[in-house]
Amino acid sequence: MSEAADTDALVEVDHLKQYFPIKSGLLIDREVARVHAVDDVTFSLRRGETFGVVGESGCGKSTLSRCLLRLLDPTAGTVRFEGRDITTLSRAQLRPLRSEMQMIFQDPYASLNPRKRVGQIVGDPIKLHGGAKGGEGSVKTRVQTLLERVGLQAEHYNRFPHEFSGGQRQRIGIARALALEPKLIVADEPVSALDVSVQAQIVNLLDDLQDDFGLTYVFVAHDLGVVRHVSDRVAVMYLGKVVEVSPAEELYTKPVHPYTAALLSAIPIPDPRENRARRRVVLQGDVPSPIDPPPACRFHTRCPFATEVCSTVEPPLVDYGGGHLVACHHPQNVSEQEIRAATVAPESPVSAGDLLPEPRGDSARAAAQSSS
Amino acid sequence: MAEALLTVEDLRVGFETDDGRVQAVDGVSFELREGEVLAIVGESGSGKSVTAQTIMGLTRSPNAAFEGRIGFEGEDLLNASQEQLRRVRGNEIAMIFQDPMTSLHPVYKLGWQIAEQIQAHEQVSKADARERATELLRRVGIPSPESRIDNYPHEFSGGMRQRAMIAMALANSPRILIADEPTTALDVTIQAQIISLIGDLRSELGSVILITHDLGVVAEIADRVLVMYGGMVVEQGTLEELFYNPQHPYTWGLLGSLARVDGVKPRRLPSIAGAPPSLIAPPKGCRFRTRCPHEFDRCAELPPLAARAGGTQIDRCWLSPQEKAAKRAVEGRIGLEATA
Ligand SMILES: Nc1ncnc2c1ncn2[C@@H]1O[C@H](COP(=O)(O)OP(=O)(O)OP(=O)(O)O)[C@@H](O)[C@H]1O
Ligand SMILES: Nc1ncnc2c1ncn2[C@@H]1O[C@H](COP(=O)(O)OP(=O)(O)OP(=O)(O)O)[C@@H](O)[C@H]1O
Ligand code: SF4
Ligand SMILES: [Mg+2]
Ligand SMILES: [Mg+2]
Repeated sequence: MSEAADTDALVEVDHLKQYFPIKSGLLIDREVARVHAVDDVTFSLRRGETFGVVGESGCGKSTLSRCLLRLLDPTAGTVRFEGRDITTLSRAQLRPLRSEMQMIFQDPYASLNPRKRVGQIVGDPIKLHGGAKGGEGSVKTRVQTLLERVGLQAEHYNRFPHEFSGGQRQRIGIARALALEPKLIVADEPVSALDVSVQAQIVNLLDDLQDDFGLTYVFVAHDLGVVRHVSDRVAVMYLGKVVEVSPAEELYTKPVHPYTAALLSAIPIPDPRENRARRRVVLQGDVPSPIDPPPACRFHTRCPFATEVCSTVEPPLVDYGGGHLVACHHPQNVSEQEIRAATVAPESPVSAGDLLPEPRGDSARAAAQSSS
Repeated sequence: MAEALLTVEDLRVGFETDDGRVQAVDGVSFELREGEVLAIVGESGSGKSVTAQTIMGLTRSPNAAFEGRIGFEGEDLLNASQEQLRRVRGNEIAMIFQDPMTSLHPVYKLGWQIAEQIQAHEQVSKADARERATELLRRVGIPSPESRIDNYPHEFSGGMRQRAMIAMALANSPRILIADEPTTALDVTIQAQIISLIGDLRSELGSVILITHDLGVVAEIADRVLVMYGGMVVEQGTLEELFYNPQHPYTWGLLGSLARVDGVKPRRLPSIAGAPPSLIAPPKGCRFRTRCPHEFDRCAELPPLAARAGGTQIDRCWLSPQEKAAKRAVEGRIGLEATA
């Protein structure tokens, strides 16, 4: 999976881990525990696609995003950008790559320097990366073109961030991200802080820019509706693990992991009649702590289908065909045949074994036996 | 029809600021009926929270100016004394917020805070109050409340804190619960737990005013809906009226711009162009004029909130119901843009 570089892949993430130490002790910093923020995650991004990442708060979405851009030093694993392992590069070696990968943040206000004018905010990275070949004047023209491209006006050049609404500030953040003509944009909750009506504007803008500039997006959000709208593929994370990856539409029509199914069913549909007609699964309990995650399947403490194997054996990521990978001993919405045809995916975590899910006939029998 | 429990009449709330007067609430009228869940939705900054906080007397400050009337049990809460308000607050009208930490005191044990709340309004012994606090925690789904009652707020997760807040709100069996974005800070699966809890407790909660930006949540538990825009109510109706026969173009835009997890995915998300209006210098006439693709000459004059569609629905738009029906469909969905 790792050696044979996929030429179509812009980014390849291989068994990536990011643990954060928790220290205690007044005199000596002693590591007492670790947050398993990202725990053996493997996937690759194709050029021009939008890869959505969803999951509950604290499941590791932002940490994963920051690892992709090497804003963190991963505990283990690699991230390759255009075939090059960026996890081992020095600061100086990283610098030329920085312009190729940009990030858009959730809080458009906190991520913009309040004392700088819009022209500087968007223009500074261009100067910093030596993109100002034609001098000051050409930077200004370029910034103004960018501002217009993201739906602001050229005369906004001299204004300060506080003079803009939330949606406009997010546009400034997008213009800044585009300034260096990156190949990859990682957007971490880019519309979560915005009003619904303004969210739609920004989502459409990101969509247009992708077509114009051939961008590859990682789109992180907890709003599954927005993620469905923008994504080609979606990864669902739970406590640091990817539990399901699927082509976007398929994830919404055929969720295989019980957590994905529960997540989708937890979302109230803005249509009273359809809402009433729906069967809802309300998950019990809280999300466990990533410091001491449940063993084996991390979801087993809240899963309505859990059996003994779920708390003793970590389920591998299993390939159900068409790029639909799921880590669960009791997959939902798949046929007997699909289960029999499934194989362990190369993306599966090292710690997971190769125990494939049993076809339902057998597991139903097993469940009946264990309960009697 | 059920009786009105609370009547808000032509409420205006303005704040003097360095930049000028912010007219946060600009002539809002509605009534809350016995036993109903009334949802208030609308753009950020449209005055939802200020309306709710004013009912509780929480916006009173030297830079604030009020007009109108808030009728509750024969009294006018807008002009009530602090003494009267204290009696009503927590006891007859309780409020829960987006961030429970704003109402929970960080250094006191949760059980103590709930017991205190009970004793503030009722003559009961310490032991009885504590017992009732335990029962309340159990009622809102906190596991092993006997031991949890001695926890501090920070020892609870976000979802548990919101449950504790609901327990505290229930402590004195209030007649009205005002919930301002009670689930916004929570994860979807935890939000589902809280929504189903509010649903289960409906008979105990009396009437509920639910402020939210999530139309899914509205569809799930509201009876009636109030849509606010720029400090005003632009539309009001029953749940069914609002979702299946919305009258105001802003409501169409709101319903249309939702990215949904079900149904056919539109190629492009319908959106509302532009930004919400300034409350210091709002547009003359219809507040939504500056963003409305259907604006015409009459819109320069402020449309009154009136019944135009039949039923119980009222709205603030000059278009006739026929014009509205013709203009609001896009790709089979409700939307703001005219059909091509
Ligand atoms: N620098 C850090 N030091 C220690 N722990 C951290 C650090 N950064 C993140 N964490 C922890 O790692 C876990 C994953 O956090 P992360 O921010 O990636 O989650 P997330 O999925 O983005 O959540 P949210 O939806 O709330 O943004 C959390 O438990 C978080 O507390
Ligand atoms: N004390 C105050 N002084 C000045 N302006 C205020 C004050 N309180 C609120 N406002 C302003 O009043 C307007 C309405 O605010 P409000 O909090 O009611 O909005 P909202 O509809 O609840 O929005 P959101 O959905 O963002 O919570 C906003 O523009 C806000 O900035
Ligand atoms: S492996 Fe077991 S516990 Fe985990 S999601 Fe599947 S059924 Fe549930
Ligand atoms: Mg995050
Ligand atoms: Mg508010």
